[in-house]
Amino acid sequence: MPEPFHPLANTIFKLVLLGAGAGLVAVLWIAYLVARSPWEMLQQVPREQPVAFSHKHHVGGLGLDCRYCHVSVEVSSFADIPPTAICMNCHSQMWAVAPEVEPVRASYRTGRSIQWTKVYELPEYVYFDHSIHIHKGVGCTTCHGQVDDMPLTWQSPRLTMSWCLDCHRHPDRYVRPRSEVFSVTYKTPPDQSTLGKQLVREYQIRSLTSCSTCHR
Amino acid sequence: MRVDERQRETARPLRAGEEGQAAVVAPGVTFKNLTGQITAIPLQPHVPAFWIACFGAATVALCVMAAAIAILLDVGVGTMGNNIPVAWAFPIANYVWWIEIAVGGSLLSSILHLFNQSWRNSINRLAEGVTLSGIACAGLFPLLHLGRVWIFYWTLPYPNTLTIQPQFRSPLVWDVFGIFTYALASILFWYLDMIPDLASMRDRATARLPYLVYGILALGWRGASRHWRIHEKAGILLAGLLTPLVFTVHTVVSFDFAIALVPGWHSTIFPPYFVDGAILAGISMVTMMAIALRAKFDLKNIITERHLNNLAKVMLTTSVILCYIYVFEPFTSWYSGDPYEMYTVHNRAAGPFAWTYWAFVLLGLGGPQLLWWSRNRTNPKRLFLIAFLVVVGMWEERYMLMVTSLGRDFMPSAWANYAATAEDNALLYGSIGLFLTVFFFLWRTLPMISIYEVRQLLPLSKPGGGTVK
Amino acid sequence: MPPLITGSSPLVRIGEEDQLPDQATRRRFFELMGASTALITGAGCTRPPTEFLMPYVQPPEKTLPGVPKYYATAAVVNGLAQGVIAETHLGRPTKIEGNPRHPASLGATGVLSQASVLDLYDPDRSKVVIYREQASSWDAFISAFQQLLAPVRATHGRGLRLLTETVISPSTGAQIADVLAALPEARWHQYDPAGPHSARAGSLAAFGRYLNTYYRLDRARVILSLDSDFLACGPASTRYAHDFALRRRVRGSNTAMNRLYAVESHMTATGGKADHRAALRYSEFPQFAADLAAALGAGGAAPAGSKYAAWVGPLARDLDAHRGASAIIPGEHQSPSVHALCHALNTSLGNAGSTVAYTEPLEVRSEDQIASLRELVSDMESGAVSLLLILGGNPVYNAPADLDFAGALRRVPMSIKLGLHADETSRLTHWHLPETHFYEDWGDARAYDGTVTILQPLILPLYESHSPVEVLDLLLRAPNRTSREILRAYWRGHAASGGGAAPENDGEFESWWRKSVGDGLIAGSALPEVTPAQAKAPEVPHTDSTVRSGLELVFRPDPYIYDGRYANNAWLQELPKPISKLTWDNAVHMNPRTAARLHLENQQVVELKYGGRSVRGPVWISPGDADDTITVSLGYGRTDAGVIGNGAGFDVYCVRASDALWCVAGVEIATAGASHRLAATQTEKSMHDRPLVISKPVALYESDPDFVSRIRPEPLLDETLYPQWTYTGYNWGMAIDLTACVNCNACVIACQAENNIPVVGKAEVLSHRDMHWLRVDVYYTGNPDNPSALYAPIPCMHCEQAPCEEVCPVQATVHSSDGLNDMIYNRCVGTRYCSNNCPYKVRRFNWKLYADWYTEQLKMQKNPDVTVRSRGVMEKCTYCVQRIREAEIHSQDEDRYIRDGEIQTACQQACPTQAIRFGDMNNSANQVARLKREKLNYSMLAELNTRPHTTYLAELRNPNPALLEHS
Repeated sequence: MPEPFHPLANTIFKLVLLGAGAGLVAVLWIAYLVARSPWEMLQQVPREQPVAFSHKHHVGGLGLDCRYCHVSVEVSSFADIPPTAICMNCHSQMWAVAPEVEPVRASYRTGRSIQWTKVYELPEYVYFDHSIHIHKGVGCTTCHGQVDDMPLTWQSPRLTMSWCLDCHRHPDRYVRPRSEVFSVTYKTPPDQSTLGKQLVREYQIRSLTSCSTCHR
Repeated sequence: MRVDERQRETARPLRAGEEGQAAVVAPGVTFKNLTGQITAIPLQPHVPAFWIACFGAATVALCVMAAAIAILLDVGVGTMGNNIPVAWAFPIANYVWWIEIAVGGSLLSSILHLFNQSWRNSINRLAEGVTLSGIACAGLFPLLHLGRVWIFYWTLPYPNTLTIQPQFRSPLVWDVFGIFTYALASILFWYLDMIPDLASMRDRATARLPYLVYGILALGWRGASRHWRIHEKAGILLAGLLTPLVFTVHTVVSFDFAIALVPGWHSTIFPPYFVDGAILAGISMVTMMAIALRAKFDLKNIITERHLNNLAKVMLTTSVILCYIYVFEPFTSWYSGDPYEMYTVHNRAAGPFAWTYWAFVLLGLGGPQLLWWSRNRTNPKRLFLIAFLVVVGMWEERYMLMVTSLGRDFMPSAWANYAATAEDNALLYGSIGLFLTVFFFLWRTLPMISIYEVRQLLPLSKPGGGTVK
Repeated sequence: MPPLITGSSPLVRIGEEDQLPDQATRRRFFELMGASTALITGAGCTRPPTEFLMPYVQPPEKTLPGVPKYYATAAVVNGLAQGVIAETHLGRPTKIEGNPRHPASLGATGVLSQASVLDLYDPDRSKVVIYREQASSWDAFISAFQQLLAPVRATHGRGLRLLTETVISPSTGAQIADVLAALPEARWHQYDPAGPHSARAGSLAAFGRYLNTYYRLDRARVILSLDSDFLACGPASTRYAHDFALRRRVRGSNTAMNRLYAVESHMTATGGKADHRAALRYSEFPQFAADLAAALGAGGAAPAGSKYAAWVGPLARDLDAHRGASAIIPGEHQSPSVHALCHALNTSLGNAGSTVAYTEPLEVRSEDQIASLRELVSDMESGAVSLLLILGGNPVYNAPADLDFAGALRRVPMSIKLGLHADETSRLTHWHLPETHFYEDWGDARAYDGTVTILQPLILPLYESHSPVEVLDLLLRAPNRTSREILRAYWRGHAASGGGAAPENDGEFESWWRKSVGDGLIAGSALPEVTPAQAKAPEVPHTDSTVRSGLELVFRPDPYIYDGRYANNAWLQELPKPISKLTWDNAVHMNPRTAARLHLENQQVVELKYGGRSVRGPVWISPGDADDTITVSLGYGRTDAGVIGNGAGFDVYCVRASDALWCVAGVEIATAGASHRLAATQTEKSMHDRPLVISKPVALYESDPDFVSRIRPEPLLDETLYPQWTYTGYNWGMAIDLTACVNCNACVIACQAENNIPVVGKAEVLSHRDMHWLRVDVYYTGNPDNPSALYAPIPCMHCEQAPCEEVCPVQATVHSSDGLNDMIYNRCVGTRYCSNNCPYKVRRFNWKLYADWYTEQLKMQKNPDVTVRSRGVMEKCTYCVQRIREAEIHSQDEDRYIRDGEIQTACQQACPTQAIRFGDMNNSANQVARLKREKLNYSMLAELNTRPHTTYLAELRNPNPALLEHS
């Protein structure tokens, strides 16, 4: 019986083998990239809200302090989403008839909550506490980005565990003076390396990386 | 060394002391009819009833296992009988048992290869078949046994967003690496070893499909002396790689227990103890397969009494070593002065699960002792029975290691019994189905006797033929 | 008239008032906090479902989302109050803690108080008004009720009968009094199946009047329990256990200890703890007490060679030597004569007024409840009852069998039942009305000493339900008042009863009200003590009790299910009974000798026959019980309790007769069919001579304080290959005083409530998959015929060199920087290797999806600070790490260190005897550090060199040398 395979068969077969190996690696690599992509992490994706609320206007434009609405941020684990009543403090006069604000007024009339879409979603087994981070000199914008520049709010960082750990391992790179925590215009000074270390000492900031710091 | 030289070398005249020994290959086997005989098994159009029966039964069992796995994933590992304190039971016993069986096959194919034990040539491929099928089963259980199998890959090191890696102090991580390496090496060795025979299959094939399939698998083997040289080298190298694995793999498996402080596990003798048990169980399984198949496929001329005799001797030797270990277990525990160790030994022999212990002693240790009589070594039926008993006994041993040690460890308040569920049994017997399915599939599709290696046992073929004698 | 208004009662917080969270925030709670009930698998690769935030529309003042609030109220357990502080998250009570100001609590809680929060959320609670098995409404009921009342009013209440459980609440009592005044022909009956019937009769026999008795064990040097389980059961047990342990705290050179003698028919937690314990048949107790009384000259002829001389002699001498500093406590289920004899003994020993306190009765009206019930039943049968109003209680299930209450009830033309559950009784009444849980409504209740607590609602009623007082008010006036109005009206008139001056004006009352509500008790409202005359000992016929042959069947309320009212509480059903460690069942208890004599095996089903009635139940062999004594517990075999309680155990009420409530002699027993598997969480009760729980006489400690370190030498620090941990900040540790542990199991329930520990059900317990993070080990010790018991609470040891950490392949359990052994659920893949390698076997595995993720009511109870575990992950005691982290953050916000005692683990906080201490071991001034310096301190399984952070103080006992010689 004649040799069934063309002499090229060997070469082709080798290439196929090579391709298969490379393909497998490629697939894994792509999966890995997707898993941490902004798209998968919903990073910098503006989220639709029942009210087209713009931090850009309220913070950037009017210069409201974060704490005017997020009242419990300094004392509670939860920063709090402002009750309708707080919105109405102003909007009973301003934009009192504007259709954009109608959902707020409706909520105030009917007593039904506005259903905001959660932008910063941590897994349920992660326990984050705002008050202590504020107290230790972690600025709002460090994690929430330039909210003063967000017409619709989006998630600024990737919110991966490595992202959390980066700061928990090297707090000196991110902390700022307590006086600047709520400032949206604060820029990391050139002497952060020295300032950071000094603040870490001053605020007794420990590098907490035990699992139970966040997972309970 | 060229092939014909090698043949001349193997077809040597008898050495002193070899008189009266059965021939490795029966008279009348020639290059020509040998190839025909072996290749016929996969190539013959009509399928023997025996094969259909076995394969059919095996597949049914496999389906049962599939169903059991579906339930397991749906409800959780709670469908198995495991509890606190007996957190490991059937699945791990099965796992260790299957690894043992696989390791036994590798011993034949690799170590005896290195030691140039030419008699192994006839059953070498068969042993590798047992190894592969065994690994297939063994690989399954550690996964099924996980609480959350869908994230099993967390036991592997890979770049991740958690910046967390496996904990390399844990024997389970060593295990993961051990099994993967071992499986890979075994498959390579098995395939490489088969290439020349795949070529023979290709050349014997008459239909087009088998022709192409075997052709591709043969990787264009032409039997050129260059091919043979490379093949020879690669074979030795892989055998050299596999040989330490035979020991390390099962040593690592034994670490899963020896590293733990559980009384009855925490012992330095475990590595040799496990390896020895593995060889015993594995060889027994190979023996069973060899006997069954040589009878059903009329291979008595290739797998001769000599083989059975040698296999039996290996079983006997390893069982004697095992006996030694078990005789000394009470002594070492007494000598350690550790009350928990002492209690465990007592508990094994007299506790609620004593029956597992004595079942093992009777079958696993007692059974092989029958092989002191040569009639039992050479009589296929008896040998098959004995091998079967040993395989069962070795499972009992693994099971006993789980339930007696875990069930009654340090705090009596936490002691508890264990009861296997239908799920457990479905998985155990199902895995036997998996094993047989794979094995019989290989048997039907590939040359399960290494043609070119058996040829090496033949003299230069000349009219009238000749045999080793 | 307008329908009763629900939800008008505002929450009152300690101090000031605020609004209730509205529906929206209830949902929001689920979104925010309740969301922690989902454990998403995988990391990064799984996008969580979009979540929503539902803010308040009008925020209630002083409410901060994420910050729990604490309200003072009381858990009403079998009618009596234990003051508690309830932790609420956005209006949802999640955890009950003791109220340090309250005499029945002192900051600790009993098992039943801890579990009460689950009763509130019981999904099987009745939700709607039922009329003849059809769903109806309150409006329909009220209009129907008014029509029913018209003829009754016309006849001044003839034919109207009230049936309640023992009424102790003052306002309810007043309300009933008003009803009886308005309708003089109406009658009021009370019935409690497991109430203090004997105590009432005993007090009547001894003093000629009803008196309430309680004990001040902190003043007692010698205590004798006559079949009383006062340490673990009863309304005052929390306080008793506290006071008892107070006198057993051996520290350094202070080795003063009280001494406890226990004579029991069935082994209880108290008996196991006793320094001396004897088993006695129920029928022998009067004789024993009489002989003791005679020996002490407290009346009765001196015994002519008492068969108990061996015991009575030394015991009497010991009691005699501690006149005024001893206490003799009869079991609530013991016969009236025993109670009377105990009164005689206590008064003659001068204990009355010092260790034994007498007050006027707690209940509004003391009476012979059995007689009262009998009268009611006969009237029902004779047709004299036209309208029966059953407020609470479940007589159809638990009335004595010979009275046939069910049969009588069928003859009543119109019957109305108010209750938490639509139970066996509701099935036979025409109307069933849902009752409010005491955490949902206003009310008041008395503690064992009379102290009044004003109950404030922690949450709006979950369903359309009302309190008994509101229903009674329908009889009095229209429009009727809410329970808050009724309560305030009552106390407006009785504020002075608290001893203080009557409030002059509304302003004064308002401040008095706020203070009383906020404190969780009305200051000085404890009933004043009365000093009765020397009680007269009743004559006990000098019969040789061995004459009374035949088996004795003793009924006892179940330690957790009590009379059956808690049968549908899953926590209580799965809580192991103190000694037998049984769950989900009651059993026919008998000692090994009796079982052997009757040729009975463990778990063999037997039939108990008495007076033509019979019941079947499985045998449980209980060492330490008296010979020929069969003990069964009430409360099981419910048919309409709910999904949890139905079918669990067997109902012994059907052999219980009104003339022999607690014990019947000459019961027949026969094997009946196959065996019934009982689920015990601990099956091996022998310690196998392993020095796990160390217990020695205090004398040994006095002569050789270092004995523990010889029994249990600690390995040297360098005897390890692993690097040492160093702690710059905190180093958490726990010390458990085994002398103090009385095996009440409050810690176990507290742990379950705090840490969202699931209930797994009988089948899973049977396969040893119970999930309690903390267990109390029980070992028998001493003479097998009359054993004593050793107790040891076993939480995670948080080992310094943790075996579990070494073997986890994925770092799911690791050492934290402050000495904890962290368990990270979301990292666990479930190899269970850690459990194999844990010598203490404290790890628990989610073999299936045990946590309830679907029942809304149960979600509301979950602690939002603790992950609800998913299927396939390991879990274990975390030292309540959520509390540690909270305190850490709180202290850091204030730039200070955590104070000693600032963190209490759930088990420690619930423990009545303060057996458990937790704190930072790095600060040598801390309590825990001081305890670990005690010579009695030892590590369990120290030789394994795990160096546990949880260590134990060896138990010391104080046996009477004179009695030791005899035994």
